[in-house]
Amino acid sequence: MSNVSTDKTETAAAGMLARMVDSDIFHSFLKSKVTVIAAIGTAVLFLLAFFAPLIAPHDPFDLATISILDARVPPMWMEYADPRFVLGTDDQGRDLLSGIFYGMRISLIVGFCSVIAAAILGITLGLVAGYMGGRVDAVIMRIADIQLTFPAILIALLIDGAARGIFGALDREVFSFYILIFSLALSFWVQYARTVRGSTMVEKNKEYVQAARVIGIPAIIIMVRHILPNVTGPVLVIATINLALAIVTEATLSFLGVGMPPTQPSLGTLIAIGNDFLYSGEWWIAIFPGLALALLVLNVNLLGDWLRDALNPKLR
Amino acid sequence: MRRLLQAMIVMLVVALLAFTLFRFVGDPINQMVGIETSIEEREALRERLGLNDPIPVQFARFIQSAVQFDFGTSYQFRQPVSDLFLKRIPATLELSFASAVFALVVGIPMGIYAGLNRESWVSKVFLSVSLVGISLPTFFIGILLIFFFSVNLQWLPSFGRGEVVEIGSWWTTGFLTASGLKALILPSITLGLYQMTLIMRLIRAEMLEVIRTDYIKFARARGLPDRLVHFRHALKNTLVPVITITGLQLGAIIAFATITETVFQWPGMGLMFLQAVQNVDIPIMSAYLLLTAFLFVSINFVVDILYFLIDPRLRIERA
Repeated sequence: MSNVSTDKTETAAAGMLARMVDSDIFHSFLKSKVTVIAAIGTAVLFLLAFFAPLIAPHDPFDLATISILDARVPPMWMEYADPRFVLGTDDQGRDLLSGIFYGMRISLIVGFCSVIAAAILGITLGLVAGYMGGRVDAVIMRIADIQLTFPAILIALLIDGAARGIFGALDREVFSFYILIFSLALSFWVQYARTVRGSTMVEKNKEYVQAARVIGIPAIIIMVRHILPNVTGPVLVIATINLALAIVTEATLSFLGVGMPPTQPSLGTLIAIGNDFLYSGEWWIAIFPGLALALLVLNVNLLGDWLRDALNPKLR
Repeated sequence: MRRLLQAMIVMLVVALLAFTLFRFVGDPINQMVGIETSIEEREALRERLGLNDPIPVQFARFIQSAVQFDFGTSYQFRQPVSDLFLKRIPATLELSFASAVFALVVGIPMGIYAGLNRESWVSKVFLSVSLVGISLPTFFIGILLIFFFSVNLQWLPSFGRGEVVEIGSWWTTGFLTASGLKALILPSITLGLYQMTLIMRLIRAEMLEVIRTDYIKFARARGLPDRLVHFRHALKNTLVPVITITGLQLGAIIAFATITETVFQWPGMGLMFLQAVQNVDIPIMSAYLLLTAFLFVSINFVVDILYFLIDPRLRIERA
């Protein structure tokens, strides 16, 4: 059944792409210079992260090439620099530029995974709430309301803390990735659920759904095959905006020391490492990963803003 | 009344969560005794603490003691959690207050200006800066500020509260000493920047909308001076959403204080909570959960009431 739904969304996405090139959305994209720049910026950063193993000048995980003697070398243009390290090195002698590429990769993987997990959770609960209505709806939406009262970062922190308590004995390096995605997904599902529920409630009264119901198709198939493809539009917008938010939240958690471990550093972990050296003059260890993070988030945010405005008929 | 009931239910649900956390994540007995304690002794302690009672009874007891501000003993510090919190609450509240004031005092005028002079380049600068402000993670803003103002220029301290003065038996304040005030500057800017940009954008959007309404045009047609139109007529009507957002953001400020407090080693509740998360100190975590939930729920409640006081239309609809 999950096969069916991915097929469905894939064809839907392909059709949307074809229509997009000729739509006013695409034109509004070309019209806004900032958005084009943001799109290019996002693409470049994504590619850098994706191909990090190929383009990074050093492999920060290859212990054979790392020497502690190279630790805390300043960036190229400063005194005592080493031409091998463009942006300098961190406290263990890892090349910072390569570290940033790899860190961005980890940040993006965590970001994407948690957005997808949150979307799946939120869409499922939203569909069920909207389609079933009644008590199921009331319970799910009350939970959503309560959760909305709390900032996502707090929820993520609490879940992370609780998960540590439960899995405390297990290996941290393996589990922190999953704990992180789990806590981010649980913090961000509400928006999807609310949106999908709203559109599901509209869709379920339309003729095609009623027809499907009359010929006896089970509720679950109606939800997945008939309603789901019609409510995914707004989900895309939320997902884009949430990607930026997820990246920031992940970086924050890693910075606070409850996210990715130093052996698999995300951008947040790199900043946390660098923060300890800020006072001793080795500013680049914290500042460069931070700038990379800010650039990444800014670009994704700009894209999300544009997408939201472009898909909002009220503003056209 | 319905609102009050809802608020109570939320608190009860959160209490249940906190209780679950407290009771089932991490065995409280294991944390209290040493390795040499025999199983019989552990069982005796378990019985004495009432951990063998039915779960609902335990939950009732948990709520009873929580209402009396008793959250058990911290695993790390071996001190009552409530004492630890009492010592740290003033730091967090003063920081949150200072950053809220910063956000409002800077954000509102910027928003008004950007709303009234839509095309001027200053407004465009405001908007671009606000976009950057939203995209920069709080902790990185803090690091940048420390880097420029503490490490490079050495104008302002980068950690701690400076000198504090004791007021009453437990409240400490940094507002009364020069070093306390200086120590407050960077953290409160860090914490308030996001809220400032939010308020600025909100006021700007509302202003743009209000300026186009008929009653503003009419006020202008009557020949009222611009200042009167802008501040008496327009600004007043932009304030309703601002109050809601500010109220809700107060909660966010307290939550994000965790991050700011970590960056600046500010001795508040957030820093303690974070250390508790790192060390799996469950009593502190569940107490923090309950306290913040209580704060958020009361803030929401007050904002709801303010809504009715400010906007007369809502009152009429209700009656």
